[in-house]
Amino acid sequence: MNTPMQSTDTLNPTPQQPEQAQPLVRFAGVTKRYGELTVLDGLDLQIEEGEKVAIIGPSGSGKSTLLRVLMTLEGIDEGVIEVDGEPLTHMPDASGQLVPANARHLRRVRGKVGMVFQSFNLFPHMNALQNVMEAPVQVLGLSKREARERAEELLAMVGLEDKLEHFPAQLSGGQQQRVAIARALAMRPKVMLFDEVTSALDPELCGEVLNVIRRLGEAHNLTMLMVTHQMGFAREFADRVCFFHQGRIHEQGSPDELFNNPREERTREFLSAVNEAH
Amino acid sequence: MNFFDWQFAREILPRLLDASLTTIGIALAGFAIAVVLGLFLAIGRRSRLRWLSWPITGLIEFIRSTPLLIQVYFLFYVFPNYGLNLSAMQAGIIGIALHYACYTAEVYRAGLDAVPRSQWEAVTALNMKPWTAYRDVILPQALRPVLPALGNYLISILKDTPVLSAITVVEIMQRAKNIGSESFRYLEPITMVGLFFLILSLGLAWCVRRLENRMELAR
Repeated sequence: MNTPMQSTDTLNPTPQQPEQAQPLVRFAGVTKRYGELTVLDGLDLQIEEGEKVAIIGPSGSGKSTLLRVLMTLEGIDEGVIEVDGEPLTHMPDASGQLVPANARHLRRVRGKVGMVFQSFNLFPHMNALQNVMEAPVQVLGLSKREARERAEELLAMVGLEDKLEHFPAQLSGGQQQRVAIARALAMRPKVMLFDEVTSALDPELCGEVLNVIRRLGEAHNLTMLMVTHQMGFAREFADRVCFFHQGRIHEQGSPDELFNNPREERTREFLSAVNEAH
Repeated sequence: MNFFDWQFAREILPRLLDASLTTIGIALAGFAIAVVLGLFLAIGRRSRLRWLSWPITGLIEFIRSTPLLIQVYFLFYVFPNYGLNLSAMQAGIIGIALHYACYTAEVYRAGLDAVPRSQWEAVTALNMKPWTAYRDVILPQALRPVLPALGNYLISILKDTPVLSAITVVEIMQRAKNIGSESFRYLEPITMVGLFFLILSLGLAWCVRRLENRMELAR
């Protein structure tokens, strides 16, 4: 599902063409355990720049953990995660051996990743504008004026130009989630993670959030990784759908392949269970 | 035995008011230090670095579990033997500040624990440094619910200042005792000191409530 912006990007041959073959995000043998429970089980996954990947699967299959370890909200037990060619939770020491990353390295690589949460996680004591301005000022070192311009632009993009001074408690769930998207975008991440961003919303409010994500996908060559229960949206929006089961990618393919012709028994079971529920 | 002698009360009032300034000064200075120090103790205790969190936890428990009187005795009468010379006033303020910092640290800890984990996840996702995160995001949310408890400790500190008479600080209670032993009249000075504490405590409680209301409206 190529968008106009994307195709101009890919049609313009640049000298670094061979380097673009490198995936923007790479999971190699990533394992995450909680005590006895293995949540990610030797996971391998590569995501190309500009790719929109939807992750579906039963609850407890590890799909949210996948996003959480990429955002460094959780550590990993084995394997390597690379973002933009650099290891995320590790860094090379003087002899080139990978050692656990220090705070500085972690912050530098983590800056390429942004995340939107199921429960919005806005700062309740700041209004919409302040929520979006806070990190660009404090982390990126933008001036108040620059940050304000950027925030106003983004809040206008998510359709909240008239709610700048509203506090989260004065906004609907859908509006809060749109502020949260603007807040994450203000950091100019290379890859955006969406963790069940409509699951906490009333059905009639889902649409406004999904519309924002849809527009975002059309207007920017932003890499997006989303965990979702909205099969319709995944089918229409994603370039690739991954079915997650027991800490691994059980099956993946284009939306058409995965939804219309799933090869695996477990995928078929899951899809029919989801269809029955709707 | 006659009742309250108003004439005598009027005579001793200036001396008591004079000493009350010492009491108020100690309470405010002690509280100011305790409020700031307690915050650092609370953050240190929550640290994942064990070499930081364990000694701080030990210090807090040690100080909370021994009487203020013994602590100020050590500061004023024992430490000079080891070369640490403090005036009575310094020893008193440090003693009170340290003692109450350990209590306020526990108050802060409760407030910090009450901030949802998801707020920490948001600041991590926005790549904020811990210091910025505490200052701009976590503390503003942690402080509001603990203001009443902090206010209680301000009043406790005020009422604990007479302990310092044991190390020769002439605060209002010590002055009242001196007046009593000079004149053999205790009714008036002690009653007046009691009233002083009552009025000041009520006043402070009112100020704290106003502050709470203002913080509430600031949302």
